[in-house]
Amino acid sequence: MPTKTINVDYLARVEGEGALDIEITGDAVTSAQLRIFEPPRFFEAFLRGRGYAETPDIVARICGICPIAYQMSVVHAIEDAFGTKVDGQLRALRRLIYCGEWIESHALHVVMLHAPDFLGLPDAIRMARDHGDLVRSALALKKAGNDIMRLLGGREIHPVNVKPGGFHRVPSRAELQTLVERLENARNIATDLVRWVATFPFPDLERDYEFVALRHENEYPLNEGRLVSSCDIDIDIADYESEFEERHVPHSTALHSLLKRRGAYLVGPLARYALNFDRLPSTVQALAEEVGLDRICRNPFKSIVVRAIEILFACEEALRIITAYEPPAEAAVPLVPRAGTGFGCTEAPRGICWHRYEFAEDGTIARARIVPPTSQNQPSIEADLAVVAGSLLDQPDEVIRARCEQTIRNYDPCISCSTHFLKLTVHRS
Amino acid sequence: MDRDRRPRLAVWKFASCDGCQLSLLDCEDELLTLAGAVEIANFPEASSAVLEGPYDLSLVEGSITTAHDAERILKVRQQSRHLVTIGACATSGGIQALRNFADVNDFVAAVYASPHYISTLATSTPISAHVTVDYELHGCPINKEQLIELISAFLAGRKPAIAAHSVCIECKQRGTVCVMVQGQPCLGPVTHAGCGAICPAYRRGCYGCYGPMETPNMAALGREWRTLGASPRDIRRALQTFNAAAEPFRKESEAHAD
Repeated sequence: MPTKTINVDYLARVEGEGALDIEITGDAVTSAQLRIFEPPRFFEAFLRGRGYAETPDIVARICGICPIAYQMSVVHAIEDAFGTKVDGQLRALRRLIYCGEWIESHALHVVMLHAPDFLGLPDAIRMARDHGDLVRSALALKKAGNDIMRLLGGREIHPVNVKPGGFHRVPSRAELQTLVERLENARNIATDLVRWVATFPFPDLERDYEFVALRHENEYPLNEGRLVSSCDIDIDIADYESEFEERHVPHSTALHSLLKRRGAYLVGPLARYALNFDRLPSTVQALAEEVGLDRICRNPFKSIVVRAIEILFACEEALRIITAYEPPAEAAVPLVPRAGTGFGCTEAPRGICWHRYEFAEDGTIARARIVPPTSQNQPSIEADLAVVAGSLLDQPDEVIRARCEQTIRNYDPCISCSTHFLKLTVHRS
Repeated sequence: MDRDRRPRLAVWKFASCDGCQLSLLDCEDELLTLAGAVEIANFPEASSAVLEGPYDLSLVEGSITTAHDAERILKVRQQSRHLVTIGACATSGGIQALRNFADVNDFVAAVYASPHYISTLATSTPISAHVTVDYELHGCPINKEQLIELISAFLAGRKPAIAAHSVCIECKQRGTVCVMVQGQPCLGPVTHAGCGAICPAYRRGCYGCYGPMETPNMAALGREWRTLGASPRDIRRALQTFNAAAEPFRKESEAHAD
């Protein structure tokens, strides 16, 4: 049979470096592999022997896009191991800085990386020619997220203020108040953004995902909750390893995470939203209904709408926290190191970021294990690609290529984080 | 505007966290103006429209950790009139250069079940160890205002106005009371300025993410830290982070054995 190959040398508008190989034999997709060959950086290895207090600064460097996710998961794991609970306003400030990261990261992806796909454009700069006001307001939205990061964290990328037990310095009420007007404006922009992205032409695709996300007794999840799935999982984060496993596959420097009993699963906005719709503020629920987004959305292309919904949630949540804020007496609760194992699992913009650390008596790390969101989604991305490519076999290679790239971008994959370079090869025989 | 006459900008990634190139996208107020002044010819993280070289200015993020990347940087240099490295990974090897202090095979085995699938070099090295670099912008991450200044300077054909002094000067400019005087170990006296002295303003010591300043007095800093009660291990750990392989930090860290 003749062999046909389609190449994309570098998948654009994703964070990091990877490649894609699709093999088509006759009228079937026989293989779809997302190859990640981002050079490994060995965080879990060099964390051994480091002190607990330096970990928030170190793990932030796993990902420039979602450093707060890594910082939050590690501080929770440390506090878990040392038997300390951080509550009250310190806990609220942690949610606030996480809201900043969600707004910044989601706005970057929705407008600058993903929306161009739906308009057939190469980037947001080109988009600005026809949609100038929209791109400018989206940049203002993104900046509002970064303003939270900058005020509370010291800077947007690799913030310096998070520490085990709380913060190095907590803001005054007046300092937080300076964010209010910008966040109120951001809330309006986010509302318009939801309405705009909901009008995009979405390919008709429903996938039977097993959604996995945190679920908290009364909050839309950011920092804490039980680990639940749309099937039958409802476990403490410490029991993650009883249900999930990582496999090392030859085509990726990111480990693949799978459900031991059922294989691929999905984390991120679609999963969080499906499992926690009832935890969203009524105003956000109402907007989802207004734009026709079902309470459970199984179309991966519509993840852009869910991300926009989550930006609105994060703006509202940030405003709620700021309104209720009273500066705590201490910037951090004291910690006493002890030998033991601690777990942290928080909702990065792209999905759960699970950490486990074993500490020696003096708080030095003996072993570390970090499971980032993108490595968990990798098997689902590959399954999506097989379905998407399979539905387009009669189409020209250009169409298959564009749709496959868009399919990968549905996930906002953070390949730097999963360990990064995307090259698309389609083999037809 | 005649598009063909705009300078061509390229952004390249090697082993890194993406944070430094994200700094460019974080210039929310300047991005559209910048995109008018230069032709963004190769910036895959932001655009799927990639134009062939040569490029007038290449910004390079990340360190060299694989044989493939050691080849790739040579091609980037060939296509670039000016090549500027951005961030601690590109200028000093980054945190992944901690492998330079250990056996990389132990690192691979600690992370991967099937080490034979992994192809990596024993060291993480800065871009300048492989090709000629026209300018280095320090920081983990870089400061976006400095990045805009750097791009503007290269467009205008002048030297970037970027200070080479220590973080201490920035603390004075900011009016921050010295944390070291209050008993807190700080790397500010030996660390390259650029961040705006954020950490002391947040009541913690500088942790050296901008790497060594020019001619730092490392021995004096080591002595001061010991006086403040830091153990040799504390000093080693503090210097072996994001710029661990930068010569002054590497040398001083290795001078503090248990």
